[in-house]
Amino acid sequence: MTRRYFWPGILVLLLILLAGFPRYASAYKVIFLTNVLMYVIITLSWVIFSGATGYISLAPAAFFGVGVYASAILSKSLFLPVFIAIGGLASFCLAFLVGALTLRLRGMYFTMFTFGLVELIRHFTQWWEVNVTGTVGRLVLALDHTTIYYAMVIIFLLVLLTSYGIRRSKFGLALQSIGECEEAAAHTGVNVTRVKVFTFALSAFFIGVVGATMTMRWQYIDPPTAFDIRLSFMPVLMAIFGGMGHLYGPIVGASIFSVLDEILATKFPYYYMLLFGVTMFVVILFMPHGVEGVIQKWRQREKGGPSEKT
Amino acid sequence: MMVKILDVLIGGLLMGGIYALIAAGFSLQYGVARVLNVSHGEFIMLGAFATWSLYTLWGVNPLISLILCAPIFFIIGFIIHRTYYKRLRISSESLAVFEGNSMLASFGLLFIIQNIALIVWGAPVKGYSYLAYPVSFFGAVFSANRIVTLFASVILGFIFYLFLARTRLGKAIRAAAQDPDAAELMGVSINQVLALCFGFGSMMAGLGGLLISMTSVMITPFMGLEYTLIAIIVVVLGGLGNIKGSFIGGFILGLVGTIVSYIQPGLSLVAYYLIFLLLLSVRPTGILGK
Repeated sequence: MTRRYFWPGILVLLLILLAGFPRYASAYKVIFLTNVLMYVIITLSWVIFSGATGYISLAPAAFFGVGVYASAILSKSLFLPVFIAIGGLASFCLAFLVGALTLRLRGMYFTMFTFGLVELIRHFTQWWEVNVTGTVGRLVLALDHTTIYYAMVIIFLLVLLTSYGIRRSKFGLALQSIGECEEAAAHTGVNVTRVKVFTFALSAFFIGVVGATMTMRWQYIDPPTAFDIRLSFMPVLMAIFGGMGHLYGPIVGASIFSVLDEILATKFPYYYMLLFGVTMFVVILFMPHGVEGVIQKWRQREKGGPSEKT
Repeated sequence: MMVKILDVLIGGLLMGGIYALIAAGFSLQYGVARVLNVSHGEFIMLGAFATWSLYTLWGVNPLISLILCAPIFFIIGFIIHRTYYKRLRISSESLAVFEGNSMLASFGLLFIIQNIALIVWGAPVKGYSYLAYPVSFFGAVFSANRIVTLFASVILGFIFYLFLARTRLGKAIRAAAQDPDAAELMGVSINQVLALCFGFGSMMAGLGGLLISMTSVMITPFMGLEYTLIAIIVVVLGGLGNIKGSFIGGFILGLVGTIVSYIQPGLSLVAYYLIFLLLLSVRPTGILGK
């Protein structure tokens, strides 16, 4: 009985803590937590698609930036939830298109393609701003940080419930089987392309939504900040570091790295990124299943301990 | 008008030579060692910085640093494969897992090299001029260094092609590219060959960077990524692991790049990308692929 209520209990506790946080903490801490939530959401949505299917997408920065620009263009005329949703929808459509074109390809081609997509859209936006609109970068209507924070908490909850729902459903099983053996999945009647494209677009939707929300906090945006290539790598590293088998893995990984990011990135930017690279290098070789894998190994040792002694 | 066309065409060929060299190295690393080395461009950046340092600090002629740098870059690549990718290859469950993991690890390598360069050389743009006097060619004018780079990259590419086609080691490399397991059964020391390929790949990147730095481009620690993207596109254009294809692809991309930037500067990368998109949807095996 206690086991059954363990995770829901933790979730409720977490939500209560998150909801009450702005009442007690300073503005700086609220903004800080907003950043952490941003990375957690992006990582969770990345795992929805890439964690299950094994197709490594390096496009999060593209979807994030599309969300940012959609909301920057619309924010002056529309109501908050509406343009956040539009930001998400714009990313959804882009991912749908890209997915339909490239998800028939082998995994590596897909990865290369998504990697280039970020650069393509950034260059194109930059060119457009220089040659067509005539101004690079734009100012965005700012909102107060508590509103943005609560928007982030709601998005976090939505992503968490969606990921949980997918993992428990038949759809999730189909995804899992694609990750294990695509041909076998196709033979058992899974419409492989449709499942992949839809999931890819769904994960892009949430990333776009986060982008649209974060725009309000930045107040000024230009192509290099909106399409920051680091936003493509961070979720991958965070997910690998945390582990992708359970939902807590990406959350733990993203929290640890975004806190590190906040502390180190401003003071020692070069050394921080160097550390980032070294961590990526080491984690991939020595902890292929992340923190979660280490915990599981440790648990197994606890359980299997007595039998090993004999 | 005629001169303009000649201008663009020759400019494209000059660009293409370097692209071809870079892509050949990338193709070797992915086609044989199965490492999609995203940090390829960082080796190019290192090559450019090494030449800059040698030239401005000690006045070493860039063509002499060509001979100095080649073994150093080869050894760096060789060691990286021996100490890291070899272990990763052994601990990965399957080839697909290894491809994914090695690519992510090379992103780690990208950040490591880029930030070491930032710490050593700093962010401001560097550059030098070497053989920058104009040479006229049927009315089209180029600086002499660009012609030197074209010749150097064609000669290097040709030597490498002969090495692959004619020597015993070249044969081992080709065998490993086709089927690593069968090659190992036939007595090819596979780990040695893969490490050699990775070393040759980084050597070509380093030399490519050296040649690029001669054409008075701006040298910064962030210059690598663009060349990595170009290498990826050229390699897909020519077919993965196909050295001849990489050379043809390099020249095609160089031509397209100069034509597009002549018509609309700033859109050349977008044009490369559209080619990439078109190719992936029509012919993912490349123009020379089966």
